[in-house]
Order: sequence, then C-alpha cells, then structure tokens
Amino acid sequence: MEKSTKVEHIHYDAEASKIGMWLFIFTELLLFGGLFIIYSVYRYLNPDAFHLAAEELNRFIGTLNTVILLVSSMTIAMSTTALQQKRKGLTLILCSITLVLGIVFLINKYFEWGVKFSHGIWPGSQHMLDTMSQGEILFFGLYFIMTGLHALHIIVGMVVIGVAMLRIERGTVHPDRAAMLENAGLYWHLVDIIWIFLFPLFYLIT
Amino acid sequence: MSNEKQHIVPYKTYFLILLALVTFTFASVGITSIELGKYTVVGALLFSMMKTFLVLTFFMHLKYDKLYIKLMVTFVFAVFVVTILITFIDYLYR
Repeated sequence: MEKSTKVEHIHYDAEASKIGMWLFIFTELLLFGGLFIIYSVYRYLNPDAFHLAAEELNRFIGTLNTVILLVSSMTIAMSTTALQQKRKGLTLILCSITLVLGIVFLINKYFEWGVKFSHGIWPGSQHMLDTMSQGEILFFGLYFIMTGLHALHIIVGMVVIGVAMLRIERGTVHPDRAAMLENAGLYWHLVDIIWIFLFPLFYLIT
Repeated sequence: MSNEKQHIVPYKTYFLILLALVTFTFASVGITSIELGKYTVVGALLFSMMKTFLVLTFFMHLKYDKLYIKLMVTFVFAVFVVTILITFIDYLYR
C-alpha cells in the first residue's frame, strides 16, 4: 500500500464571510423595515391614540437603554482592535463587557415590560380591550412585537459573541483568523442601529 | 484575500464616535421635548440617520472596506431610507 499523507486544509476566506454577514444583515433590514412601514401607516391613521399611548412609556429607561447599547457597540468594536493587536486578554474582557451590557439592557426591558403587565397592558389583555381605543391597542401591539423581536436579536447576538469568545479562548479565532469576531460585531452593530430607530419612534412621541 | 494587512482602528476613534452618538441621542431627546408639531418626528429621525451613518462608517468599518462593499451597503441603506422618507412625507403632507 502506498503511504498517503493527509494534509488538513481548512477553508478560510474572511472577505467571503464578511459578504455573507452583510447579505444576512440586508434580510434583517427587510424584516424590520416592513415593521417600520406598518408602524408609519398606523401612526398616520391614529396620530392622537399613538401620542396618548406613548405617554405610558418611560423616556428615561428608553434613553438609558440607548446609551447602554451604544457603549456596548463601542466595546465590541474595540475588541476587534484588541485582537488585531494580539491582546487576547483585553479582547475577552471587552467582549465580556459587551455581554454584561446586553444583559443589563434585557433586565431594563424586563422591568419595563413588567410595569406594562402590572398595568394590565399586554397583547390581547382584557384591560386593553375594555379601556383603550383601537389606535392605542395597535401602538402597544407594535411596541411589544418590535421591542420583543429586537430583544430576541440581542439574545442571539449575545450567543454569537459568546461562541466567538469561546473560540478566541481556544485559539481557533486569532489575529489572522478574526472573521468570526468581526462578524459577531457586525451583527451586534445592526441590533444597535435597529434600536437607534425604535427609540425615537416609540419613546419620543410628543 | 484574507492575507491582506488589516486596518487597525485606534481605541480613541471608537471612543470619540461613542461621544458623538451619545450627544446625538440627548439632542434627539431634547428636540422632541420642545414643541415643533409635526416636524418633531423629522428632527428625531434626522438624528437617527446621522447616528446610523456613524455606526456604519466607523463601528462597522465601512470606511476601511473595499469600494464594492461600501457601494453595496450604501445602495441597500439608501433604498431603505428612501422608502421610510417617502412614507413619512406621505404622512406629513397627505
């Protein structure tokens, strides 16, 4: 028998990975874009009800969560720089800070939704059907769907960053193979951008 | 290809961008606190678009990416923005 040498060849193409991530981001834009258009149309049809319903939302928590997400975007962006500078420890610390900020965002969201629930406001609740106009019910329907879908994206983003951290720790993601961390960052920034639009449209209606 | 030398963005750049983003956030809260009627939403969305531009350019590294990636992203976001704008112009002037 002829002796054969097996050469392990792992395909890696950072540019292709990046393009793939961008294409995925475009589909996400389509998803949220559709919801934003629905929001616009219903707001046009029910301007007063939307203003009235938005009074229920806490502007302070909304602003706080915006700042939290912006800071977390900065830390995940910095983590790529740290990885490129071959500072593994710092990379992991910056990723961890991002994860913690994501959790703080979700905790704020939990309390925010909790207050709504305690006021009897949730999709299809009897309180809403009895006391609210059609427009207010639409506002809260969109509020729960859009912030809920966004929160789901935060959770997914945290899982992706977690996987990236594990791979950095194991050494399969390193300065010459950084695409996984960069793409996790791209996804996290997309989630940030979506919030940048959700925030004024739900919290800043005067 | 993947062997190309990557552009390393300094931490300071990211920090300055964050400062700008937070400033725009408070500005959009401020502008919606004063009574501008139907232009309030336009003001708030303008700040959102400026913030998005900063996030895309610096945090998402578009500034340092190849031209075709820039064009691709610019085109898709432009279509998105135009769709939203047309909807809101419809909302304001119907």
